Amino acid sequence: MATADSTPGEDTQVMKGTSAVAKGVAAIDPDVISAYPITPQTGVVEKLSEIVADGDIDSEFIKVDSEFNAASTCIGASAAGARAFSATSSQGLKLMSEPLFTAAGHRLPIVMAVANRSLSGPLSIWADHTDCFAERDGGMMQFHAEDVQEAIDHVLLSFKVAEQVNLPALSNFDGFILTHVQEPANIPTEAEVSEFLPPRDPAYTLDPSDPATMGAYARPEHWTEARYEVQAALEDARDVWTDAVEEFDDVFGRDYTEYDGMIDTYRADDAETVIVALGSICGTIRGVIDEMRADGELVGLVRPRVHRPFPAEQLRDALSGAHQVAVLTKENSQGFESALASEIKSALYHAEHQPPMKTYILGMAGRDVTSEDIKAIVADAETATDVMDFSESESWPQLREDIISGGI
Amino acid sequence: MSSDPYENLSISTGAVAQPNTSLVNKTGSWRQFRPVIDADACIGCGQCDTYCPDQAAKQVDDQLYGIDLDYCKGCGICAEECPTDAIEMIREDS
Repeated sequence: MATADSTPGEDTQVMKGTSAVAKGVAAIDPDVISAYPITPQTGVVEKLSEIVADGDIDSEFIKVDSEFNAASTCIGASAAGARAFSATSSQGLKLMSEPLFTAAGHRLPIVMAVANRSLSGPLSIWADHTDCFAERDGGMMQFHAEDVQEAIDHVLLSFKVAEQVNLPALSNFDGFILTHVQEPANIPTEAEVSEFLPPRDPAYTLDPSDPATMGAYARPEHWTEARYEVQAALEDARDVWTDAVEEFDDVFGRDYTEYDGMIDTYRADDAETVIVALGSICGTIRGVIDEMRADGELVGLVRPRVHRPFPAEQLRDALSGAHQVAVLTKENSQGFESALASEIKSALYHAEHQPPMKTYILGMAGRDVTSEDIKAIVADAETATDVMDFSESESWPQLREDIISGGI
Repeated sequence: MSSDPYENLSISTGAVAQPNTSLVNKTGSWRQFRPVIDADACIGCGQCDTYCPDQAAKQVDDQLYGIDLDYCKGCGICAEECPTDAIEMIREDS
C-alpha cells in the first residue's frame, strides 16, 4: 500500500479516521480486542482484525455475536489482568450498556472508542451525542475528540488514566465527521507508547491458584460503598488526567494541557459571547469566530475535552468573564433540557458570576451545521442579558416546523 | 478459606471477595410462599427440577424430589408445572 496505509509509527500520514484510530490502538497492542461491527465504527475493528490477522500485533481478537458479548468478553479479559479494547457506536453502545455499568462497578479499565451516532428510532446512522450521553451515569470516563489526531491520542490517554483509577473509559469521536474523514494524523510508535503506557498492573486478577470472587452479590451493607468508590475514583481521575496530558506532551509533543487538560478554549480570554460545544462541530465554530472577530465581535469557544468527570471548576473559570453563553449541543435529555446545558448551569450554581445562558439543540442525527447557523445563534445569544426562564433559554434552531404536527 | 467470604471484601478494587459468596447468601430468606411436596403424589418425573429457575429442586431418591429451602424463593413455578399436583405453596407464616 501507499504511505497512507503503511505500518504504525511512521511520520504524519493522511488517512481515514477509523484506520487512524485502529493504528493508534495497534501501537498499544492490547492483550485482547473484542468488538462487533456497527456503522460508523466498523472500520476501526475491521482494520484491527486485519492487523491482528497479518500477525503485526500480538493481540487476541475475540469475535463475538453481539456488542453485549464484546463488552462482556472485555470484562472477563480485564478481570483476568488483560489490557482490553473495544469499539462501538449507537445501538451497539446501548447493547453494551448493561455490562459497561458492571465494568465500572468491578473497576475494570476497559477502553472503548465510540463513534458517536444518534439512537433509533427513527433509525439513523448519522452523528450526534445521543449515544454517549445515555451512558453518562454509569461510572465510565468520557472524552470527546475534535479531530482524528485527538481521537487517536484520547485512546492512549484513556488507557493511561483508566488503568490508574481502575475505571472504564469511552473515547468519543463523531461518527462519519471524524470516522470517515481523511485527515493528516501522527500514529504513535510502539517505542513512544511503551514509554508512555507501562504494562498494566492490577491489584487483583482472576487466578485459579488464588481464587477470588469478582462481582459477587453485594448485600445492602456493601453496595452503596461500591458506588461511592466509583464516584471517588472519578474525582481522582481529574488529577490523574492532568498529569497524563503533561506526560503525553513530554513524550509525543502534543500539548493538551490547557485548563488542566479538561477543557480547550479558542479566543475565549476576552470573549463577551462564549460558545460551549463538544467534538467536531468546534472546527466550524473556530472559523466562525475568526470571521466575527474580524468584524470586531468578541466571540470565543470553550470545548470540554473531558465530559466525565465533569470539568466544573475549569468551566467556572473559563466562563467567569462571559457576558453571554451559548451552549451548542447534539443531544437532549428527553423530557427536560440538554444534559450538557443542565450540567453547566449546575456547575455555575456556586459561581460568583452566572452569565445568561441560551441552549441550542442542533446537528442532531447528522444534520449539517453551517457557519450561517452558528452566526445566527451567536446573534440570538447576544440578546440574552439576564438569567432567563427555561422556555426562553432553550431552542431547537434547526427544527422544521413544516413537518411536525404539533400535537399528540 | 475464611468462614465468611465477605470478611476481607475489597470494595475499592471492585468488590473482590473470597470464593463461595453464593454459599452464604441464602436467598431462600426472601421467600413469601414455601413449596411442600406430597411424597405420595410425587412420581419422581423431575419437572420441578427442569423448570425451577434457581435449581432449588433436587432429586432425593429415584422416586422423590425435594426443595432446597436455603435457595428457593417461592415463585411457585414447580407447583404450576408438577403433572400430579404434588406441590402445594403455603404461606411462610402459616
